[in-house]
Parts: sequence; C-alpha cells; structure tokens
Amino acid sequence: MITEWITLLESPNFRWVMIGSLLLGFSSGVIGCFVYLRKQSLISDGMAHATLPGVAFMYILFQNKSLPVLLIGATVTSLLATSFIQMIIKQTKLKTDAAIGVILSVFFGFGILLLSYIQQNMSGNQAGIDSFIFGQAASIVKNDVYTIGVVSLLVLLLTVIFFREFYYTTFDFTFSKGIGIPVKWVNGLLFSLLVAVIVIGIQMVGVVLIVALLITPSLAARYWTDSLGKMTVISGTFGAISGLIGTISSSVIQNLPTGPMIVLTASVLFFISLLFGSKRGMVVRRLAR
Amino acid sequence: MLALSVHNLSVQYQQQKVLENIHFQVPKGSITGIIGPNGAGKSTLMKAILGLVPITKGKVDVLEQPFTQQKDLIGYVPQRSEVDWDFPINALDVVLMGRYKHFKRFRPISKQEKDLAMTFLKEIGMEKYATRQISQLSGGQQQRIFLARALAQNTPIYFMDEPFAGVDAATEKMMIQLMKQWKNDGKTVIIVHHDLQTVQEYFDHVLLLNKKTIGCGKTSDVFHPQNIERTYGGSLTFPPSIAGSSL
Amino acid sequence: MTTYTLWIIITGCLVGFTCGISGSILVLRKMAMIADAISHTVLLGIVLAFLVTQSISGFPMLIGALVIGLFTAIFIEMLHRTGIPSDAAIGVVFTSLFALGVVLISFVGNQVHLDVKHALMGEITFVPWNQLMIAGESYGPVAVWMLGIVCILNIVMIIIFYRPIKISTFDPAYAKLIGIPVGFIHYLLMSMVSLSTVASFDSVGAILVVAMLIVPGATAYLLSQRFLLVIVLSGLIGILSAISGYIVASFWNVSIAGAMATMTGVFFVFAYLFSPRQGVLVKKIQHKKSKVRVS
Repeated sequence: MITEWITLLESPNFRWVMIGSLLLGFSSGVIGCFVYLRKQSLISDGMAHATLPGVAFMYILFQNKSLPVLLIGATVTSLLATSFIQMIIKQTKLKTDAAIGVILSVFFGFGILLLSYIQQNMSGNQAGIDSFIFGQAASIVKNDVYTIGVVSLLVLLLTVIFFREFYYTTFDFTFSKGIGIPVKWVNGLLFSLLVAVIVIGIQMVGVVLIVALLITPSLAARYWTDSLGKMTVISGTFGAISGLIGTISSSVIQNLPTGPMIVLTASVLFFISLLFGSKRGMVVRRLAR
Repeated sequence: MLALSVHNLSVQYQQQKVLENIHFQVPKGSITGIIGPNGAGKSTLMKAILGLVPITKGKVDVLEQPFTQQKDLIGYVPQRSEVDWDFPINALDVVLMGRYKHFKRFRPISKQEKDLAMTFLKEIGMEKYATRQISQLSGGQQQRIFLARALAQNTPIYFMDEPFAGVDAATEKMMIQLMKQWKNDGKTVIIVHHDLQTVQEYFDHVLLLNKKTIGCGKTSDVFHPQNIERTYGGSLTFPPSIAGSSL
Repeated sequence: MTTYTLWIIITGCLVGFTCGISGSILVLRKMAMIADAISHTVLLGIVLAFLVTQSISGFPMLIGALVIGLFTAIFIEMLHRTGIPSDAAIGVVFTSLFALGVVLISFVGNQVHLDVKHALMGEITFVPWNQLMIAGESYGPVAVWMLGIVCILNIVMIIIFYRPIKISTFDPAYAKLIGIPVGFIHYLLMSMVSLSTVASFDSVGAILVVAMLIVPGATAYLLSQRFLLVIVLSGLIGILSAISGYIVASFWNVSIAGAMATMTGVFFVFAYLFSPRQGVLVKKIQHKKSKVRVS
C-alpha cells in the first residue's frame, strides 16, 4: 500500500492530475456559490447531463479523443439544453423542475444511445469516452490538465475582477440594474463561467455528479460565514480538498471511480459543516437557544 | 419644474392589459403617493417607469429630459419580499451597494466609503447593527437599511415600493420624517402605498390608479370620496376620517 | 417475433406504464426533480440490501429501495426545513447518496453482476435469461414478475386513494383543511416511485427510469388538463416509448435503454409542437388565423 502511494506520488503524470483536480475543485467551488445563491442548482445539473451527447457526437464526427474538440461539443449541447429548458418554461404550463427533468433525462438518454453506437460500430481506441459518465482521473493526460488548469484560472481571474458585479446582481437584481450595472452582460458572463466549469469538470467528475462539486462545497461554506467573500474562498477550499482526496483515493484503490469519491468527500465536508459550522451549524443553533 | 412626467404609458403582459394610457406628472420637491387596490398595477407602473418591465408604448421624462439619459438620478427601494434574506451579506455591505459608482475596479472598497456608509447607518439609527447578517434584523430594521442604501445613492429622485409594509410604527414615523427632510432639500419621493388612512398625512401629491389614471394632482384636490370610489370600484368602506371630512 | 424479443418488449412496456403512471402524479405535484433524486438514490438501497443479505434477489432489493427512497424524501424535507432552498437540498442529497452507492458498488461489484454501468444503463437483454424457477419449472422472467407486481400495486394504490391524491395535488392547503392525511399521501407516492424505480432498475437502469418517470407525465400534461386522463395517457406514452425505442434500438443496434429514453423525448416534442390546446405550433397557427379574421 505504502509503496503504491510513493510510486503514485512520484509519477509526474499523477502530479499533473492532482494540480488539475485542485484547480478544478477550487474554481467550481467559487462559481458554485453563485449557482447556489441564484437557486440554479438543478438547472446546472441539467446542463451537466446534457453535455454527454455533445461529447459522444464530436467523437463520432471526428474520431478524435482530443479534449478541446470533445468539450466544444459538450458546450454546444449544454447551451442547447438550457435554451430548451427556458423555451419549455416560457411556452408551456410545465414548471421549471419538470422542464429540467425532461431535458436532462432525454439528453442523457440520447447520450447513452450515442455511446452505445460508438461501442458497437467504431473500431479504434474508444476507451475513455464512457469515463465521462462517472469521471476517471486515470484517463486524464498532461494536455488535458493544461486545458483544465487554464480554464480554471481564467474563471477565477474573471470572478475576482467582476466579483462586486456578480455579488450585487445575485443579491438584488433590480437595484443593480438601477445603479447602472450592465446586468445582462454580468449574467451572461457568470453563465459562461458556469458552463466552462461544468465542461472542464466532466472528464474528472463525470456528468452525473459534477453538479455536486458546484453546490455541495458552497452549501457547506454557508455554515461558516455570513460574508459572500469569505464564503467563496471557503467553498473553493472545500472544492479543492474534495478534488484532491477524490483523485488520490481513486488512483490508489483499484476500481474506485473518481467522480463519486470527489463527491463523497464534499458530502462529508458538508455534513461536518451542517453539524459544527460556526455560523449556522446545528450545534451552534442548539447552544444559542 | 417637473421631477417626473409620464405620457400615455401602457404595459401588456401576454395579451392582458396591465396598464392603459397612464398619464401623470410629479412636481419636483414633492412626496407623491401611488394609490390603488391590489392588482391595480402600482408596482408594475413603478417598474415600467424605471425600465424594469418592458412597456408597449409611452414616454417617461425625468427632470424634463428623456428617462434613458437620466437613469443616474433615480434611487429605487424595492419591495421587501423581493430580497433573499438568507443571503450572506451584512447591513453595512447593503448600504455600500448604494456607493457602487464610486468604487474603483481591482481595488478594495476604500476606508472613506466605508465611513460614509457608517454615517448613513447612524442617520437612521442602525450603526450598532452594521455587521449583522440581514436576516437577523427585524422587518423595520431591514427597511431602514434599504433606506440607508437609498441615502447612500444620494439621488434627486427616489422611488419606493410599499416601503411601510411589515414595518413597526416607530420606523414608519422615522421614515416619513426622513422623507420630509429630503423634500425640504428639494428631493422628490414617489411611493407605492396602500394604506388609505395615512394618505392625507404623508403625501402632498397622489396618483389614483386602477389600470388607468383615475386622478392625479394635489392630495387636497384629488383624494376625495368620488375618486376613491372610482379607484376601488365601490367595494370599499371609507375610513371614517376621509368620509367625515368631505361628506 | 421470438419469445425472447417478446419478453424484452413486455419488460419495456411494464417499465413505461409503471413509471408513467406514478411519475405523472409527481409531475403534476411539481416534484419531478424529487423523482429524479429518488431514482438515483435507490441504487444505494440495492447495494445495502446486497451487503445485508449477500444476494440480489428481488424482495430484499425492494425493501432496501423503499427504505432509501423514503429516506431520500425525508432527508430533502429535513434539510429544506433548516433553511436550505429545496433545489440545493435535492442536489446535495441525491448526489451524496448516489455517490455512496456507486462507491460501495465498486467495492462489492466483483462478487455480483452489479456494476456501475449496469446500474446506469441496465441490461434489458439479460432479462429473458433470468427466469423464475419454481420446482424446476420456469414461469417467465423474474423482472417481469417484479414489474408486474409493482405495476398492479401502483394501480391499486391510485384507485384506492384516487380522491385524496387528486385533491392534495391541486390544493394541498384545502386538502389538509378537510382532513386528508397530506403527509401520508406524499410518502405513499414516494414509496410508489421508489418501488417503480427499483423494479425497473435491473432491466433498464437509472437513466431510463428518470426519463420514464418524468417525460411521459410532462407530455401527458401538455395534452390534457384532466387528472385521470393525464395519468392514463402518461402510462400509454410510456408504453409507446418503450415499443418504439426497442424498434429504434434493434434497427441501429444501439442501447435499448438509451433509445427508449430518446423516444420519450420524441413524443414530448410532438406534444410540445402539436398538442391541440397547448402546442406551440398550434398556438401560432391559431394566432395567425385570428389576425387574418381581424384584418
């Protein structure tokens, strides 16, 4: 066991993957705070599931496993799904949750259909394509880490620059519009960052559970602070810890999928926060009574 | 001089007419109430004027210039229910929002701005609560905070949507006093209001609204039983003060 | 058609009908995403049932799924009560329990034919091989028996509690006022969803279950306003999706579960465009006609 650890930590590829998971976890934890506060948790789940047919379709089209190509497909179908969801809500009597449910399951089902088509009909090395469902750190190579790392850093940088705008529009949209914040642009930017995080996350965490890496750390962070600035940092840290522990454990123990391990770590952090969080944790609330 | 003048403003929502040919004027340095029953379109009118709801036709002038050029001159206090009270933000941070235009990008908010925000909190008697998360404040205190944010904006015109809803008597009194002080400074306050009892006391001008303009002008000229009955469609028993005063 | 394909189609139809009728009620109650959550978390119930009994026979699986399904609903409710918005509560609960289920499976997976992929996509093609044997005689596939029993159970429950379900769906406050046990009805429906899910799980996996729970119900709701009709239509659309999905799958040689899920989407698009009263295209045409009449 210990020798396994050492050889693992010495492998340069694994170090890269660790850096990738750290950055990904942090950026999704940060963006997740806004997703959670804007009550967009479920729609981002829909967006995540909807990336699957995009990935599969691009693979069929180009027979190429290069990450950027697949991620373009993921972005397109995810955006398509979002606009379908909005269309359904606007034009029918179905409510948000039903609209999300319909689009999520149909897009994902179609993704599975395409994956099975790939497996049946295409020769060559298709291993790794279905790792997008639950995420597989082992399938990540150095070039993928570059993509993940650069996008994560960009997301963080833009969040720092426009933090006040994200903050104000999330808290009070009408007032923000009134004081001259270009709310449409701000919403659009925040939404793009969300799409970016989901898309780069699916390879490591998988489309089924990536939503957890967005909302669970931020939900946990809320129990420790009443300030949004601190909340984003704590949430990012929780996300990074989850990413790291999930990646390491799934690499050491055979057969353990990466995504669920990342999510499980985040869940544990959430339950600790729910109980012992210094601002709204259950224990503190009991004592305050 | 007119602080606000609205011509022929109409709003439609999915083929349903919410507001029809609204026409009214508000003189500078007045406190004007927008009065009408539930569903009369009071909040919608306010939002339409502010460009928060699309209008089907009409024209809005602010201080005798088209609204789009004058946006910066307007401060807005939304309805209390429109805010997520669990949001991780404290009282001081809410007030600081009003100073957004004075912030510099890439830099933390300066000490002066923070001190300024504190003085606004002091003005409404809330300096002790500066670091309280907003859900831990009472309804009245929450409303005071939003008033302080409007103060921080320091605009010549204020729009307030039901500012007295869910507010204790002491706060209401304080708020009205503050508004009268604004009025003396030459500012204009426009308020969506539904308590008929206090109309004569609070407002020097009123707009009576029920999807259309029923009446508009000085409170003493417009706010009489015939107009009120037309606004409320006869489904109303008059508060004794009004019924007694002019009948 | 061989009996082999017949069994597969029967299984698909049973999944479609069972999930369709119970899911439609959840769609009407605006709880579609809770159905989504439960259909994921029952995986944990199945794994736990295996860990306790060391076998994956039908009955313990049903119990395990029922327990975890109800636990999911209660847990979401609990978190919501502590002040977490319900969408985030759903998100955090289902991902936690599902992740736990997947991780546990990967530990025990080698010992049984349960694996992650199977749980997600099911193996409907194996259904006919797993026959119910009593005293050396075969009585048809186990999955069909399980689905049949759950299906009948659902129908019976809907018939017995039809009025309380209907009233508490349209007006929970009024239902409470006239003494309908609203809480009981809520958890009854959660149980129905859990059982439908677990019975379908083995053959079609989690994805199709979600699709079959939500999409036919949403489609039926676009087609009709009447409670009973929505339920029945939803069941029928479930069956149609299953049959057409099977045809598509065998024609292109792709995943049966994936094709059936895709077909639910095709039916939804039809209803979205052409529903007599709600259809988007239909509305547009009517709008044009009315304009012509005016001018």
